[in-house]
Amino acid sequence: MSQLTVNGKNVELNGEANVLEVVRKAGIDLPSLCYHQELTVHGACRLCMVEIEGRGIVAACHTPPEAGMVINTNSLVLRRLRKMALELLLARHDRECTTCSRSGNCKLQDLAERFGISDIQLKQDERKLPIDDSSIIIRNPNKCILCGECVRICSEVQGIGVLDFVHRGSKMVVDTAFSKKLSDTECVNCGQCAAICPTGALVIRSQVDQAWDALNDPDKTVIVQIAPAVRVSIGEEFNVPAGESTMGQLVSALKIMGASKVFDTSFSADLTVLEETNEFIQRVQSQENLPQFTSCCPAWVKYAEQFYPEYLNNLSSCRSPQQMLGSLIKKYYGKEQGLQTKDMYVISVMPCTAKKFEAAREEFTTDGVPDVDLVLTTQELAHMIKEIGVDFPALPETAPDQPFGRVTGAGVIFGVTGGVSEAVLRLGYEKLTNEKLEDVVFSEVRGYNGLRSCELKLNGQTLRLAVVNGLTNANKVLEDMKCGKVKFDLVEVMACPGGCIGGGGQPITNVNRRVRVKRGAGLYNEDQIAPVHKSQENPAVKDIYEKWLRCPGSKEAHDALHTTYKERNARCITVAATDHGKDC
Amino acid sequence: MNNTDQIVQDADVELSFLSSVVKENGNQPAALIPILQMIQEKYRYLPKNAMEFVADALGLSPATVYGVATFYAQFSLEPKGKYVIKVCDGTACHVRGSSAVYDAICKRVELVDGKSTTKDGTYTVETVSCLGACVLAPVVTINDKVYGEMTPEAINIILDTLEKEGTNHDQNA
Repeated sequence: MSQLTVNGKNVELNGEANVLEVVRKAGIDLPSLCYHQELTVHGACRLCMVEIEGRGIVAACHTPPEAGMVINTNSLVLRRLRKMALELLLARHDRECTTCSRSGNCKLQDLAERFGISDIQLKQDERKLPIDDSSIIIRNPNKCILCGECVRICSEVQGIGVLDFVHRGSKMVVDTAFSKKLSDTECVNCGQCAAICPTGALVIRSQVDQAWDALNDPDKTVIVQIAPAVRVSIGEEFNVPAGESTMGQLVSALKIMGASKVFDTSFSADLTVLEETNEFIQRVQSQENLPQFTSCCPAWVKYAEQFYPEYLNNLSSCRSPQQMLGSLIKKYYGKEQGLQTKDMYVISVMPCTAKKFEAAREEFTTDGVPDVDLVLTTQELAHMIKEIGVDFPALPETAPDQPFGRVTGAGVIFGVTGGVSEAVLRLGYEKLTNEKLEDVVFSEVRGYNGLRSCELKLNGQTLRLAVVNGLTNANKVLEDMKCGKVKFDLVEVMACPGGCIGGGGQPITNVNRRVRVKRGAGLYNEDQIAPVHKSQENPAVKDIYEKWLRCPGSKEAHDALHTTYKERNARCITVAATDHGKDC
Repeated sequence: MNNTDQIVQDADVELSFLSSVVKENGNQPAALIPILQMIQEKYRYLPKNAMEFVADALGLSPATVYGVATFYAQFSLEPKGKYVIKVCDGTACHVRGSSAVYDAICKRVELVDGKSTTKDGTYTVETVSCLGACVLAPVVTINDKVYGEMTPEAINIILDTLEKEGTNHDQNA
């Protein structure tokens, strides 16, 4: 086994890609603002500099480790260089920390504190660059430190590349093509750029004030729904380990805030399973519009509308669970409760930033009133809970309200990549084989890799499934399908790494694969301990069909639970499309 | 969201021209710069819709193409003048008085407010760091024709000649 030494201590090498990983493995938190394990190395911030005997000072992030290297991470020179690099960054940063939504959760602020920066000797850059608040993602270039993480995550993980470095030298900024407003670009609102931004240069528009207004309005009945992935992550903001469910405390906190009903979006995930499986089986039988793509992820839906309009018929026509529940509340539940539409205010708590965009889509409004009035991210709700000053983990556990509070394990695992497929299989299996499914775990579709595929034999029929997270992988599947390299029957697409548990609205302290796996394990655990594992066995879902919707695929179900898609051309290209597409 | 007043413009680009440029250079990302150079040569700047076309053709995002177009000083996002005058301001030229030559040109063609192209679109005046002809310092190029050992007086005479030629050419046309 090859070894090197870090500050005099032997460290075994085990395939680490660079010296930074080795040093961190040795237990030293080497600072960095531009390095992310899951992205290519940029090497811009120069904070991870180390001394290597015989080589001098190098940036650890882009130095491959070699056996026998003698590495020093602490010396007077390194300390001076790191402080200088930080001061240079701070001299171009607006340093308006107290009013920044990332205050307390900012890597630059952390490092300034850690390295004891008390005085910046350089002249402050007084330029005030315009803030782009056209979209749900707000860009403030005055806080940007040009680490390029947003640029890389958008192009490498999502395959879109909305942002890039523009201009040169001291004039360089991260900007959109032709300096367009973000709302005019192909941005799918996934929020991964804001989640990875080390500072407050990219933040999600906060709608906390609107939520408080509604909660304190005596004329409004506020009805809240909580998405599956929120319960296993929001606790992280309150020192609860990732993956531990705090659903009961969430319901209590929302009731304290003034919510009159709190529902579980996992309920409408169960409904989605029934509707989507019904649709899928029809397509399998008629062999039309296959593969069927899932449609729960609003970032993926916008991506498909922009880049693959020819496949829009392949998308499931099901609304996302958020919109299904919003629609049921406004169309049916309110009436049953004797509530007028104008008096109801539906707030959904989502791990997702694109849900804000989705809720505002025209298709999801009735007479100009949105089915979901407001979307709060996990982070926004955590802020609100902090504001009311309760000890969140110590709150009593309250069950969600009925009828949309009774859920199955299948609905809960919607929050993790592969979960929708597994939930659909739990019903699809029974429908296609006419047998009762005993073992509900489909380990074939579980896992966290960005692109997984499997074949299942059901009643002599082979179903080919692909499970995708990260739109770069969706792009790969679509391109391979186009050239006939692969063929699938069902493709689940989630834009964010790991699925909704890795959503752009989730708590952002050092999110990496390890944290996502813990959150995912939390959801699988919820499924395991749930009394019911199959959406079709959810008694509340059965009631809803009996009372309001008759059966999956009925006209009533279509009106309330399905939607249509439209081709979008974000680019407004004035020249015709090109035939120079990449060769297969 | 820009720190300069860059105007990005569309133009009546010819699809057949753009296609042929891409075909000639190949649709690989590495061909981006030569493609942009050929487009700029034809239109005297990079029209926005041409950049979007190139992005699609090469499988790049428009932001990346815009990033490259704004990185290199050789690319312009607004139409350049009929005469592109480059005044060398490398060390040798600077020492031998290139600033005075540059000022004389700007004064004569009435360039103000840090603009580089005249309102009528006749002249674009730029400085470059070195043209590699230091022995002729200070050096000026006008549409790639080199004029050495320039002085404010000499450049005025050259511009007089150009304008006369231009007028004659217009009359003949």
